[in-house]
Amino acid sequence: MQLTNRSKVVSNKVQSTTEKMYLPGILKGMIITGSHLFKRKATVKYPDELRPIASVYRGQHVLKLDENGAERCTACGLCAVSCPAEAITMESAERKKGEEGLYREEKYASTYEINMLRCIFCGLCEEACPKEAIFLTDRIVDVEYEREDFIYGKDKLVEKINKRIDVSKRQTKEVAEFKKLPGLKHNEVWSGKQINKEKH
Amino acid sequence: MITFVIYKLIVCVVVFALSLGVAAYATLWERKFSALLQDRVGPDRAGPKGLLQPLADGGKMFFKEEIIPNVSNRILFILGPCIFMITAVMTSAVIPWCKDVSIAGKVYSMQITDINIGVLYLFGVVSIGVYGIMIGGWASNNKYALLGAIRASSQMISYEIAMGISVIALIITAGGTLSLREIVEQQDAGFANIVWQPLGFIIFFVCALAETNRAPFDLPECEAELVGGYHTEYSSMKLGLFLFAEYINMFISSAVMSAFYFGGYNFPWSHELYDALGLHDGSKWIAIIGFGAFFTKIVIFISVFMWIRWTLPRFRYDQLMNLGWKILLPLSLLNLAITVGVEFLRGNIHL
Repeated sequence: MQLTNRSKVVSNKVQSTTEKMYLPGILKGMIITGSHLFKRKATVKYPDELRPIASVYRGQHVLKLDENGAERCTACGLCAVSCPAEAITMESAERKKGEEGLYREEKYASTYEINMLRCIFCGLCEEACPKEAIFLTDRIVDVEYEREDFIYGKDKLVEKINKRIDVSKRQTKEVAEFKKLPGLKHNEVWSGKQINKEKH
Repeated sequence: MITFVIYKLIVCVVVFALSLGVAAYATLWERKFSALLQDRVGPDRAGPKGLLQPLADGGKMFFKEEIIPNVSNRILFILGPCIFMITAVMTSAVIPWCKDVSIAGKVYSMQITDINIGVLYLFGVVSIGVYGIMIGGWASNNKYALLGAIRASSQMISYEIAMGISVIALIITAGGTLSLREIVEQQDAGFANIVWQPLGFIIFFVCALAETNRAPFDLPECEAELVGGYHTEYSSMKLGLFLFAEYINMFISSAVMSAFYFGGYNFPWSHELYDALGLHDGSKWIAIIGFGAFFTKIVIFISVFMWIRWTLPRFRYDQLMNLGWKILLPLSLLNLAITVGVEFLRGNIHL
């Protein structure tokens, strides 16, 4: 009884004389491998040369400063909530008098850590951020020897005032406009409206 | 007398250094060549184009921890790689590297020794080499090592027979001489022996692959079944000696093959070339050009060895024995019979 039509008739073919001689087969194989001598090599010598990556590549994060050099992040925690890998942790603090140049709003992140081993570079933190503070960049996370070194704190994440990191490819006008859409959840929260669950 | 000793010493040291150097760079070439065959780049970090890689590998071997197993037989354990290495280096003694050079009226032959039983010496020394593997594998007191050693010795012994018979046919073609220099020189006058011995060459080549434990005959050290084979328990430079000696064996067997079948340091139209350049016998330039030709042949053979290794899968043990005893041995006997008939018709053999 045939149950499936996937069965195959096994061929027990007797080898011909040339096949038994084995030498033509060897020559054939050697020609195949020899032809690879002249093929393009697949190797990319990584630290010396980089593979071309997209301009909107999702690599190491950056915490942006605003045009005056103050941190944009207000430690709202939306990025941490949105993170599917739970890679982001932060602690917030209140801005003191005289720190206006350092932090843009009254609340700021006193610690902000991303575990690069947990991060899956999905970009949801960037999408969730209402303050345009966190962005993924086309930089590749460095290799470290210790696991602890992969937990990036503010020292590594916040961009330097004299060494701005360009995110214009990811922070396009369309994206910024999109983020201001009133239908988005975080905009509702920040404009002080109550979220009506029954409405949705 | 003193000059003779000094000149022989120099030749010895040069040949020794040459075989070690070639073996070292054969390891690099093997990695590079396999990379090229697999669309990769291969080692290129140590030095320009990776040319210092063998030094790095050797240095690594020296600095690794050396472990001699408690349960092993200490003396034999050390003796094994020594024998293997010594026999590998010894075989280069009878190979003629280039034509004689005359300096200040004296003729110097570029060969360590031209004994009239050179071929016999070669085979004798090569077959001692298997003792190194056998002793090393046995003294390790390890099942994998022992199995590898048994495989190596049975394989080498089986293939030596077919190899020996194909060489007998070659010697008949070469006019009954056992001296390697004479075998090479008689190819200078006529054709290379490959013309008279195509079948013999194929048999010799296959057997040389088996003798040097190269793929597809690398059963003694097949990683998939036997961990490391006979050198499973070896570490540090003792392991290095085993691996290194294998490359020396490859170099020597390539040299022997080019000397036996492809005219050694001779090449087609060599006399015309030398005449055109106005060189006379005994000129050092003839020696250098001849050595270049010989070395080119050796490099080609080594590359073919590697090419085969990175193309073919390994034989199964019973297939190996079948090939050796049921195919190569009868073929070599047939080749011997044909050779005797042909040489009789050519009038080189008299009843």
